[in-house]
Amino acid sequence: MPTVNVTTREGEQRVIEATSGRSLMENLRDGGIDEILALCGGNCSCATCHVHVAEEWLERLNPISADEDDLLDSSDDRQPNSRLSCQIPVTDALDGIAVTVAQED
Amino acid sequence: MSDYDVLIVGSGHGGVQAASMLRQLDFDGSIAILTADQDEPYERPPLSKDYLSGDKDFHSIHLRGPDFWADKKVALVLGHTVSSVDPAGNRVTCEGGQTFGYGKLIWAAGGEPRRLTCDGHDLAGLHAIRSRADVDRLRTELADAQRVVVIGGGYIGLEAAASLTKLGKHVTVLEALDRLLARVAAGPISDFFQAQHCARGVDIRLNAAVTCIEGEDGRVARVILADGTSLPADLVIVGIGIVPHVAALGAAGADAPNGVAVDEFCRTSLPEIYAIGDCALHRNAYGPERQVRVESVQNAVDQATVAARHIVGDPLAYSATPWFWSNQFDIKLQTVGLNSDYDQAVVRGDPASGRFSVVYWRGGIIVALDCVNMVKDFVQGRALVERRAALDPAVVSDAAIPLKSFALQE
Repeated sequence: MPTVNVTTREGEQRVIEATSGRSLMENLRDGGIDEILALCGGNCSCATCHVHVAEEWLERLNPISADEDDLLDSSDDRQPNSRLSCQIPVTDALDGIAVTVAQED
Repeated sequence: MSDYDVLIVGSGHGGVQAASMLRQLDFDGSIAILTADQDEPYERPPLSKDYLSGDKDFHSIHLRGPDFWADKKVALVLGHTVSSVDPAGNRVTCEGGQTFGYGKLIWAAGGEPRRLTCDGHDLAGLHAIRSRADVDRLRTELADAQRVVVIGGGYIGLEAAASLTKLGKHVTVLEALDRLLARVAAGPISDFFQAQHCARGVDIRLNAAVTCIEGEDGRVARVILADGTSLPADLVIVGIGIVPHVAALGAAGADAPNGVAVDEFCRTSLPEIYAIGDCALHRNAYGPERQVRVESVQNAVDQATVAARHIVGDPLAYSATPWFWSNQFDIKLQTVGLNSDYDQAVVRGDPASGRFSVVYWRGGIIVALDCVNMVKDFVQGRALVERRAALDPAVVSDAAIPLKSFALQE
């Protein structure tokens, strides 16, 4: 079972036991990270599941789509390591990944 | 215990967000969510999309993780329908007689699917799509159903039509007006979705008035239209809107004509009672000069935050930017703003390309955009809506010019 290291907006560190095959967003939600609103439910239609991914993990992720890229542009907190967590499927290869919840827009 | 400092009626996005936000704001009083639903809180939008098609399971549409309720000390009281509210005694009474006391009441009860009233409305095989139970019932009958008639060409009806077409069903959509999505979008959006559905085999009938549903052995068999057309149906889905669930508040003396009226802090006219989400009739910062109800996740969640902040003594008037989405087949529609009472609409881009937007004006300012497979316009158009941009429609219609360049000019 892969683990995900999460830093909340207030800087609290949390470790979540994740389930492979579900999206990072679903795992954050199930893990009690209530700041992740994920309002569209994982359809890549909003940007309310925005996270910053630790640099060393970025290249191990699936590539960013044009829609995701455009949606991230709506955030004032967009960084080079920004991703929508609903667009990242968790796999065993991501065991130990570290993400920070982006600021609310 | 059946008295709570905050009692929330309704377990959709609004009700759950209210509880969640109260805890995020360090509210330490007791909280309960009282809901007619039998299931732990879940997202409704997938009910007509991925949950209906089977692409998502129930776990995927939970609004919160399984530990949330205990961790955050939010009592979940399922299967209870509130039948009356006593604002003088701060109590609600449920069907069956159980009562609950409250310090503050947040009414997030949404609405009931509008039902048909014609002959045959009570036959087996007629379905609404509002709760998980509705869709589970529908799904158990799908295996034996080939011909599905969807009554109502709004978002729910069209999403259901798309989901069932993907499952190989033969779907007919009946719309009473002369175009699809007539009450929510401009003509070019209607025409586009009609063409897309037709291209995938959906039979769209406009100006179709349902006279009655005919059954055999108590089960739906045919839908009869006013012009005499008889459409064989193994299953019927009724998607003709909702009736806001506010009768108990109206009976208690609240101003509740079509939904329950609230102020900018989501307060009803009754003491200590707030209302949020689909059932809340409010003046929207982006709407016309009248009260509106907005049936969307955004509205439910943002109004929940407004009510929660008012309760903890950190009030902020409701002014969030409206947005909405609908997925049908591989088409992503995203809306920003509110186009109610618009007086001008202009197309950006070529609908034939499958990517375009419709921009709406009211009184000379841009109030909304419908963006079809045009995420850039959705993102960049938001700034125009938020700035109440007064741009020339002729200029905005040129899709070669990015919307963000207009924002810079403002």
